[in-house]
Amino acid sequence: MAIKMKKKSTSTDMTAMCDVAFLLLTFFILTATAKVPEVMPVDTPASTVQTKLPEKDLATLTVGGGKVFFDVKGKDVRVRTLELMGNKYGVKFSEDEQNKFAIMESFGVPVQNLKQILEMKPAERKNVQQPGIPKDSLDNQLAEWVQNARIANIELHDKELELAIKGDAKEEYPVIRKVMDILQDQKINNFSLVTGLRGKEK
Amino acid sequence: MAELNTGDGGGKKGSKKVRSKKSNSKVDLTAMVDLAFLLITFFMLTTTLSKPQSMNLGLPDKDPDKDQNKDVKVDENRTMTILLGDNNKLVRYVGLLATPVAGGAPKDFAYGKDGIRGELLSRKEKVLQYTGNKDKGMIVIIKPSKKSNYRNLVDILDEMAIVNVPTYAIVNDFTPEETKLLGETGNAAPAPAEPATPANP
Repeated sequence: MAIKMKKKSTSTDMTAMCDVAFLLLTFFILTATAKVPEVMPVDTPASTVQTKLPEKDLATLTVGGGKVFFDVKGKDVRVRTLELMGNKYGVKFSEDEQNKFAIMESFGVPVQNLKQILEMKPAERKNVQQPGIPKDSLDNQLAEWVQNARIANIELHDKELELAIKGDAKEEYPVIRKVMDILQDQKINNFSLVTGLRGKEK
Repeated sequence: MAELNTGDGGGKKGSKKVRSKKSNSKVDLTAMVDLAFLLITFFMLTTTLSKPQSMNLGLPDKDPDKDQNKDVKVDENRTMTILLGDNNKLVRYVGLLATPVAGGAPKDFAYGKDGIRGELLSRKEKVLQYTGNKDKGMIVIIKPSKKSNYRNLVDILDEMAIVNVPTYAIVNDFTPEETKLLGETGNAAPAPAEPATPANP
C-alpha cells in the first residue's frame, strides 16, 4: 500500500495553474502601455535618486546634440497648447492635424514646419532630421511652448504643469543652462532632471 | 500477415492499443506554464520600471533687479566649492580660493564613492563640529564650466543627494583664477596633498 501511494504523486494537474498564469499574463499585457518611439534617443545619466516622474501634468524637454525637443502629457493639453501656439504664430491647424498632434511623440521643429511633420506617418518621422525647437533670444519658441503648455494645463486640469529636463549625458553644460534659464525666466525654479537607474554602490 | 494493424494478432497486442489511446488524454502543461510565468515576470518588471526616474532640482529665484547688490554672506569655513571641468575633471576647494581652510587647498578628485564622496562626508562632519549647530551644515557651491557635460552635473547632484548635503547651489560665474585652476591644476598648482586631518572632538 505504502509503495503505491508514492508512485501516484509524480505528476500534478497543471490546468488551474496554467489558467491563472495566462490570466495574469493577459492582464499585464493589456495594462502595459505601449512605448512611444522616441524621435531623439538620449542616453540619460544614471543616479541613485529614486523619485519617479508623474504620469500626467508633465512636460518633458529632451535635450541632445544641442537640440531641444518638446513633449507634453495628456491629449487635451496637447490640443489646447497647439491651438494657443497656432494663434500666437498665425498658423492654423485643422482638426485632423490637432488629432495627429495629440497622439504624436515629442517633436523638434519650429511651429512653421510643424504641419509637414504632422503630415508624415509615424514611421517616417523618425527618419527625418528635426532641427530642434528654436530657443535663441530672437525666436524663442521653446519658451512659448512651455508658457502655452502651462496655460493649457491650468485651464484644463487646474494644476501647475511640472517640467522635466531629459538631457543626454554627453550634452555640454551651456545648452542645459540655456534651457534652465528659459525655465527660470518664467519663474519655474523647481523642475526634475530625468535620470536612469543606478544600483547602490555602497 | 499483411493485416497486422487491422487483425487482432493476439490478446497482448490488443490490450496495448487500448492503453496508448488512453494515455493521450492528458497533455503535459509544464512547459506552457513555464513560458507563461516567464512572460508574466517580464511584463510585471517592465511595467513598473518603465516610469522614468528623476531627480528634483530647485533653483533660487532669478530676479534681475535684486541680484545686483544683494550678496548673501556665508561663513567661508562652511563652504566647499566644486568646479566641474571637461574630461570629467573635478576640482574642489574649501573656503576662499585665495585663503583656503586648512586641508582645503584646490585638489583634483574623481567622481563616485572613491573620490569626492569621501571628501564630502569628512568635510560635512568637520563643518558640523565647527559650527556645533545642526541647522548650519555644509554649503556646497557647484560651478559647472562651459566644457563640462550634463552627466557631470547629474553625478555631482547625485552625490549631494547621497551625502545628504543640506545646502547646495549651482553657480555659473567663474573667476579667472578658477578657470585657470581647471585648466592647469594638473601641473601648475602644487596642491599640497594634506590629508584631511580630523578635527579634535
